[in-house]
Amino acid sequence: MSNVYLNSDDENKNVEIQLPYRILSVLVEDKPGVLFRITNLFRARNFNIASITVGSTEQKDLSRMTIATQSDSRTLDQLVKQLKKLIDVIDVRILDTGNTVFRELTLIKMKAPDPTTRMEISHFSGIFRAKILDIGKESMIVELTGTPDKIDAFINLVNHYGIIQIARTGISALRRGG
Amino acid sequence: MVEMIGAKALITSLEKEGVDIVFGLPGGANLPIYDELVDANFRHILVRHEQAAAHMADGYARIKRKAGVCIATSGPGATNLITGIATAHADSIPMIAITGQVPLAMIGKDAFQETDIIGIANPCTKYSFQPRKAVEIPESVKKGFYIAESGRPGPVLIDIPKDVQQEKAEISFPDLIKVRGYNPAFDPDLLHIERAIDLMLKAEKPIIMAGGGVILSGAFHELQTLAELLMSPVVTTFKGKGSFPENHPLAMGPIGMHGHAEANKIIVEADCIIAIGARFSDRSVGRFDEFGKGMNIIHLDVDPAEIGKNKSVDVAVVGDVKSSLRTMVKLLSTKGIKQEPENFWLKRRKELIEYYNSTIKDYSRELTARKALKKLREILPAEAIVTTEVGQCQMWTSLHFDVITPGTFFSSTGLGTMGFGFPASIGAKAARPEVPVVDIAGDGSFNMTENSLAVSVLDKLPVIVFLLNNYMLGMVAQWQRTFYNRRYSGVHQYRCPDYVKLAEAYGAQGIRTESMSELEKALKTAVSSEVATVIDIPIDPEEDVYPFVAPGSGLKDMIVGG
Repeated sequence: MSNVYLNSDDENKNVEIQLPYRILSVLVEDKPGVLFRITNLFRARNFNIASITVGSTEQKDLSRMTIATQSDSRTLDQLVKQLKKLIDVIDVRILDTGNTVFRELTLIKMKAPDPTTRMEISHFSGIFRAKILDIGKESMIVELTGTPDKIDAFINLVNHYGIIQIARTGISALRRGG
Repeated sequence: MVEMIGAKALITSLEKEGVDIVFGLPGGANLPIYDELVDANFRHILVRHEQAAAHMADGYARIKRKAGVCIATSGPGATNLITGIATAHADSIPMIAITGQVPLAMIGKDAFQETDIIGIANPCTKYSFQPRKAVEIPESVKKGFYIAESGRPGPVLIDIPKDVQQEKAEISFPDLIKVRGYNPAFDPDLLHIERAIDLMLKAEKPIIMAGGGVILSGAFHELQTLAELLMSPVVTTFKGKGSFPENHPLAMGPIGMHGHAEANKIIVEADCIIAIGARFSDRSVGRFDEFGKGMNIIHLDVDPAEIGKNKSVDVAVVGDVKSSLRTMVKLLSTKGIKQEPENFWLKRRKELIEYYNSTIKDYSRELTARKALKKLREILPAEAIVTTEVGQCQMWTSLHFDVITPGTFFSSTGLGTMGFGFPASIGAKAARPEVPVVDIAGDGSFNMTENSLAVSVLDKLPVIVFLLNNYMLGMVAQWQRTFYNRRYSGVHQYRCPDYVKLAEAYGAQGIRTESMSELEKALKTAVSSEVATVIDIPIDPEEDVYPFVAPGSGLKDMIVGG
């Protein structure tokens, strides 16, 4: 499995432990308290969550969670087993990043106080196929969808303009084919 | 479909599950349930503190091998149950805990006696339900019992808002339920069983390590057959104590922090460990990295998440250990194993037992914990049920009290709950009233739940409290002697209370014994007594538990004696 770095700002962390990110697709009952049970499991067993997304699926009483975690293989094995043990969890899949489509959506608000900056940002946005959602006197908001790598690359590119806020959704993923 | 209120639906559901006893305490938020309890066809035992209700349900469940039921009100009633629920969770005991909750419309308003008990109990329950309509109650109960009792058992919480208890509705009771996402019953993989057998037959120095899973699944006979076929010595974990008769010629007793020296020694000399329904807990195996190093490890367990959790193993057989063992034994018996009762490995077993028995130094006093426990074994019939409190009394039991009839011993081994043993022994007595039930206690633990004497007396569930009394929190004192240079801190109980008077105040029997002959007499009286008996046995506050494997050490670094 290739390494997918979700958060390049966390450079210090990455120097300490270079663990690969793993992506789990977890099918769960769409009931109150299920998210709590899952996040509580991660906390109680000392597992790491890099990002977690939850949303409805093609079946109305089921939700799909996509969990990105930075774990070694033994911890990942435990994590999957512990998740499967939860009564509300129907299925857990470890996604093979080579055979999976995964996307993340990001909103980035950055400083853009002058026309030149605004021009440059729109130019970069075009290259990255980002959408400009808002332009104000002092700032711009850009929406970017892509793999976490692509989003990291864009953030690095525009970082020096001065980032005011970032909202990332975390990864959503589905396996290809079948 | 019958019209009734939610509380009635609850009682009827419990009746349909075959419940014959519940332990509980009423309060504002479970009054409708208590009103319906008057007409229930099962017994209700009123406790003096909700923690005891959960422990009684636990003790009952361990003997009956089906879920025990406890009931509390909302808020403090519910939180008082938590220690008991967590104890059951740590030891995988089936339990249904029913709590009242404030009315639906009040939830989230910080109402009087409101607490988010589902949230609080989450890490120590197998699952929880909060029916929001009366019609949901029967299904919650049915699923609750199914989840609590199947697979790896555990406690299930059913939290019922008061207005849901009162709501009148057309109720139907399901006969069959399915819990999507929960498939506890699967047959063991034959291929894995065959690989396990190959390893067993290759082993020259096999050792069986039997855990609590053997007791939970009732695989006593299968375990014994396997041991006898392989001619393999059997050690147990502390939770597995009593899964194998401790007077059997292959028995070695429990391993672990305060395990038998010979058991700790033989397991590090083995070449193949067959772990059955055991979870390689730190207290049993010491250091995870050192334990079983260079040996083949076979692991049988019902819970797939236990495989590789603490210890990587060579072959894992996932499934109910009773059915795994049954298949294993069947296949093994066709292999024509040649059995040599005088082989070097069994000789080594004997040698170790003889050696370590000769090293036991007893204290010079007439009454010591060790001698008292040997006397208890002598007097008690083999089928008597024995439980313990937590601390030195528990570890002395592990060392000096042999369990003869499988399944007649239990203790709070996972959570290590002081105050567990006494109420749990009352639950066990309710489950099997015809045999004597003994709680081997220390004064520190007994002080925590001694008010259950009222229950024992009033509900005619006479148990024996075998109180090894050093007026100390003895295990803490021992650690302070060993690791803190004898600086005692917070361990003295002084001579308070007077346990004879305490017992008598509740209408129970209290006997203080100063000699072995008095102890013998007291035990004989207690075994046939109609009321609970507290036998106060003064022991030396300096009597230590040995052997001792210090925390963070491997079993090979055991300290044998003081």
